[in-house]
Amino acid sequence: MSRPTPLREVHESLGATLTDFAGWLMPLRYGSESAEHNAVRGAAGLFDLSHMGEIFVTGPAAADALDHALVGHLGALAPGRARYTMICAEDGGVLDDLIVYRLAEETFMVVANASNYPLVARELTQRAEPYDAVVEDRSDAYALIAVQGPRAQDILSGLTGADLPGLKYYAGLPGVVDGHEVLIARTGYTGEDGFELFVPAAEAVALWRALSEAGEPYGLRPAGLSARDTLRLEAGMPLYGNELTRELTPFDAGLGRVVKFDKPGDFVGRAALEPVRDVAPKRRLTGLAATGRRVPRHGYPVVLREDGTVVGEVTSGAPSQSLGRPIAMAYVDTTAPVDGLAVDIRGAREAVEVVELPFYRRNK
Amino acid sequence: MSDIPEELQYTKEHEWVAGLDDGTTVTVGITNYAAEALGDVVFVQPPDLGAVVTAGDSVGEVESTKSVSDIYAPVGGEVVAVNQAVVDDPSLLNSDPYGDGWIFQVRVDGDPADLLSAEEYTALTSGES
Repeated sequence: MSRPTPLREVHESLGATLTDFAGWLMPLRYGSESAEHNAVRGAAGLFDLSHMGEIFVTGPAAADALDHALVGHLGALAPGRARYTMICAEDGGVLDDLIVYRLAEETFMVVANASNYPLVARELTQRAEPYDAVVEDRSDAYALIAVQGPRAQDILSGLTGADLPGLKYYAGLPGVVDGHEVLIARTGYTGEDGFELFVPAAEAVALWRALSEAGEPYGLRPAGLSARDTLRLEAGMPLYGNELTRELTPFDAGLGRVVKFDKPGDFVGRAALEPVRDVAPKRRLTGLAATGRRVPRHGYPVVLREDGTVVGEVTSGAPSQSLGRPIAMAYVDTTAPVDGLAVDIRGAREAVEVVELPFYRRNK
Repeated sequence: MSDIPEELQYTKEHEWVAGLDDGTTVTVGITNYAAEALGDVVFVQPPDLGAVVTAGDSVGEVESTKSVSDIYAPVGGEVVAVNQAVVDDPSLLNSDPYGDGWIFQVRVDGDPADLLSAEEYTALTSGES
């Protein structure tokens, strides 16, 4: 039985198609997922992301604990700023990708994926044990509502006196939105400008309704996980379970830049990651665009057009609204010829072209 | 609630069949229930015109943003028409699944597979939802 979020009734009243995602009952789409996708690109979308986990790390040594537990250098993060980082196992495999917000000198909030946050909370607790820091999983206390798209700031500014133009990308500050005390973060997973609002669970419905009403004149629509997935794919953003797995290191995923070897002290995974930092991986995460209309999907083999030799595997694929044809991310052998690739789509070789990631970049 | 026209017949694979009563040529499409489950349809590959199909065969496919499903032949016979309009505009399967969203026509040869009445199909889909 999937867990509902605090916004379940809102989704039902909107006629959403609900689906199980990582044990949560989530809105897949409210109507047409293409329309939801296009609303986020052209105006704004409203998302329920309450399935994400919020884990707080607090105390005099909170920064040191996180520098030991994660691959990033969180001690270098200024209060009010956020960073994309990862938690790895001793062998360098990625356990989850995270956004860490430094809310105050001694207060950090770690946002983890729905499927992983119980594990992340356990690992953080264990890894922080020698430090003067407290790890607390507060996921149940928070709902997370995102407003994403070029009109996001216009919509939110009508409901808050917070200095939104002064809030940089990857920054977060406490603020009051329509009377609700929330954390306002300028982060997202769509390739657009936007905000994520961490709100006490009991106030989620009221905040959603206020945002929904304020956004209506701007073309805001509720958007489900289906649109979220195609938006992040176009933006070339990795999804844990697809592009990132326990079997891959950050370097395998082309994200070695998140590993900070020059930070003080040891960190979990360093011994395994240091030797591979300069070794070119056998396969590289590659953007593919189909020439036909059939869609390469997760798990399909990437093959040579000529003879079908398997040279890789699709990690995510979908029809792209912005490009007008199917796109995919795939791990592909670095030795494979870029102009001779195909994807084996249920037994038929369909030609694909290699294209630069991300597929979509917004005009700033 | 999905709408399920009385006058059509259905398959367990969520297709509808029209015109079986005259016994010669039938029209085939996917049901509104199927279209809603798929979401926005982005690609339809109907069977080839002139192909001879057997009831139960996979003869084409329908892709949406999130998934892909086979199109099955609900009856055996020769494919005598395919709807080019749904190839050009797959969203017709969402907007008008029982009308402009028809997929292909078969000149029936032999007995059809077990088809369901509207009542039986309603029972099937309410069991699944």
